Amino acid sequence: MDSSSSSSAAGLGAVDPQLQHFIEVETQKQRFQQLVHQMTELCWCMDKPGPKLDSRAEACFVNCVERFIDTSQFILNRLEQTQKSKPVFSESLSD
Amino acid sequence: MEGGFGSDFGGSGSGKLDPGLIMEQVKVQIAVANAQELLQRMTDKCFRKCIGKPGGSLDNSEQSRAEPCAPPLPQKCIAMCMDRYMDAWNTVSRAYNSRLQRERANM
Repeated sequence: MDSSSSSSAAGLGAVDPQLQHFIEVETQKQRFQQLVHQMTELCWCMDKPGPKLDSRAEACFVNCVERFIDTSQFILNRLEQTQKSKPVFSESLSD
Repeated sequence: MEGGFGSDFGGSGSGKLDPGLIMEQVKVQIAVANAQELLQRMTDKCFRKCIGKPGGSLDNSEQSRAEPCAPPLPQKCIAMCMDRYMDAWNTVSRAYNSRLQRERANM
């Protein structure tokens, strides 16, 4: 059978393209959710929880999200650059 | 024949897999997993905030979680913490989403 290009649905034989698309979409959604979970914990901006989320705490959370993404991008970019000049990880990553 | 897939993923005994049913069931399982993650993190956070440092006459910093006899649950604190956690979660979700949209617009 054709459409054997999907590695994520091994065992199902011919992969329904609709199913494949579904898997891609859900995987992406999951990555998003996971990051939200992580950032909510990491960025916790409240000492003692009050009756409502005040604007300072809210701004703090938003800032943290932005800085976290900035950091993540910075790390990826820099790693890419340093990998080009002197590949440090190429051996260990290829396992 | 009760194969691993047949029983869980909408196989009707004939061995045929209905993609629609599979997708529905996967969505449910993902939702459950997310709810569990949220619950676990929320519980951890609210425990630390509300019980790790119980109020009272004793010096808060002295009361560690190692105390054998924990004071009665500060339900109000936990309830508020849960609400604030959800507020925070939604705030983070919105902020992250906005950021993603911005990134996509810039590409």
